[in-house]
Amino acid sequence: MPGVGPGSGPAPHPPTSGRRAVPPPGTLLTPDGIPRLTRPRSGSILGGVAAGLAGHLRVPVLWVRLTFVLLAVMAGSGVLAYAMLWIFVPQRPDGAGGDPGAPRPAGPRERQQAFGIAAVGVAALLVAAALNITSIVGWVLGPLGLAALGAAFIWREADSARRARWRRTAAGIVGPSRGSVWRLAGGATLVVGGLSVFAVGQLDFTAVRSALIAVLLTLVGVAVITVPWWIRLVRDLGTERRARVREAERAEIAAHLHDSVLQTLALIQRQSGDGREVLRLARGQERELRTWLYGPTGYATASGSTAPGDAPAMLSAALALAAGEVEDTYAVAVAPVVVGDAPMGPAVGALVAAAREAMVNAAKHSGVGEISVYAEVEHGTADVFVRDRGRGFDVDAVAADRRGLVESIRGRMDRHGGRATVRSTPGEGTEIELTVPVASGDGGPPPAPPASADADTLQPSEGLPS
Amino acid sequence: MAGPVRVFLVDDHAMFRTGVRTELAELADDRLVVVGEAGSVGEAVARLAVDPPDVVLLDVHMPDGGGRAVLEHLHERLPALVFLALSVSDAAEDVIAVIRAGARGYVTKTISGRELADAIVRVAGGDAVFSPRLAGFVLDAFSDRHGPAAVADPELDLLSPREREVLKLLARGYAYKEIAAQLFISVKTVETHVSSVLRKTQMSNRYELSRWATDRRLV
Repeated sequence: MPGVGPGSGPAPHPPTSGRRAVPPPGTLLTPDGIPRLTRPRSGSILGGVAAGLAGHLRVPVLWVRLTFVLLAVMAGSGVLAYAMLWIFVPQRPDGAGGDPGAPRPAGPRERQQAFGIAAVGVAALLVAAALNITSIVGWVLGPLGLAALGAAFIWREADSARRARWRRTAAGIVGPSRGSVWRLAGGATLVVGGLSVFAVGQLDFTAVRSALIAVLLTLVGVAVITVPWWIRLVRDLGTERRARVREAERAEIAAHLHDSVLQTLALIQRQSGDGREVLRLARGQERELRTWLYGPTGYATASGSTAPGDAPAMLSAALALAAGEVEDTYAVAVAPVVVGDAPMGPAVGALVAAAREAMVNAAKHSGVGEISVYAEVEHGTADVFVRDRGRGFDVDAVAADRRGLVESIRGRMDRHGGRATVRSTPGEGTEIELTVPVASGDGGPPPAPPASADADTLQPSEGLPS
Repeated sequence: MAGPVRVFLVDDHAMFRTGVRTELAELADDRLVVVGEAGSVGEAVARLAVDPPDVVLLDVHMPDGGGRAVLEHLHERLPALVFLALSVSDAAEDVIAVIRAGARGYVTKTISGRELADAIVRVAGGDAVFSPRLAGFVLDAFSDRHGPAAVADPELDLLSPREREVLKLLARGYAYKEIAAQLFISVKTVETHVSSVLRKTQMSNRYELSRWATDRRLV
């Protein structure tokens, strides 16, 4: 197996030289401020010991591996050193990725190299065995060697964060994947088998049988006695974990509020003279926080935190986004109300684009600060109403020369089989109605009574308010 | 109703209570007068039970259960007391929950003082106050997309076509009198439709609500 750098045993503390003036961010430090020897999380062939050492000593990783192999041939001290380092050198925590020289994922070439080195080591060992030092080789390659191999399997499997958990609760042993279970079982078999064979070979089994039975019984007794303690341990762990989750959640909320609300409030304090700007900032912030809290993928919903920057997948989200943009750009209040929803597609996309255009027009020309937007998806059509109570205009009079407004909206609608209706009365405001057909399967089964019948009578069941 | 409408504020933020009070006072509207305020569910329940005002402006999010808890404590005992929810949240589940618990209307805290005063006077007069957003939620809640399976009492749980029409115009941002003009009916009829929608919202069964909420991943 690949070997170890300095032939000494565990060496968690590096040489105290001043070679590393400024440790990279995220490096573990000793209390004296010296960077700690750690094993990288990625880029390791076996346990990451060689890579860690190489990074720490700033020598090529190949040299370290060769040294380990060389030492391994010398009565197995390399293997021992590697194992000790593996056990005692901590793995670099998550997120502390900035390793000085090593942390790239192990490429196939490096992997090949490492296996080559290991093969050379094994060959050298065999040669040494054939020459003379049979007793040691028998010891190393015999049952104990197998046991060590099994232990290595288990440690490799249980490495990383899982190892820490494993030390505390037995449930941590079983990894998530099938493969890891098999590796664990194989490793355990090797360890137990190797040790047993070793014991049988070394000892007169019949002589120690009663002793073994006594030991077994003692172990069982200890297990039974400590059951309450185990239960409490597991329970405490659960409590602690829950507390940690809550704490992390609080921290996340605090961080979000700091990033968003506090920053905006600070901006508002500085801009307090400019009412329009304050309004714009406050509106934008309110919308952002609301989305974060209550949005379709918002914080308060089960699906967890939202990923900003994605294109919205549903009509309601796209419309809200467009309304937000218009709000921000023109400092008007846009209040979207959506009933039903539809997935985005070419037609719905055109609908949203046209609605955005209508909002922009209302913001620019109506002269009022508030625009109502109502969208509904029902019976195979999606309708959007954009309405303002502004100055309004005469629809027939404008059509001749100012075609931009109606073209960019009506043209879009026409191309997607929809239509746009503009209703405007000078002095009373404007309403633009946009309609496109949408594919069914958006959650709205069509068989239902028409939404607007002309009956002007109350149904018998409807009485006066209670 | 003789004399000004007596208004009581319930909100756990003292600053907001003061703000509303000041704003209503600045309007110098002789149609209403603020007679008291409370900062917690317990205080509100105790004081409202002793001296009931005409209209309670009720915050939705408070410790100890919020506006819904106040409604649950008092709505049965004091059926004459009118609640108007005033919340910073316009999340669907909040709106629907307090309306079902018995609030007569729901407005958000971004409402202007003038509109708030109008809303108070309107609910005091027995009318329901719906914001466009609220109308949207109700339409959504009652929409027939769930099919008939969940509806135990169709007479109660479905909105009449006319009511839907009124709600849709409300959601589009029309005022009551504009709706009346649009539909060629009287304002009084519009108010009757809206109030009956409100009654249905309050009385429609919980099963439908929970189904609706689950569909929308609200719970």
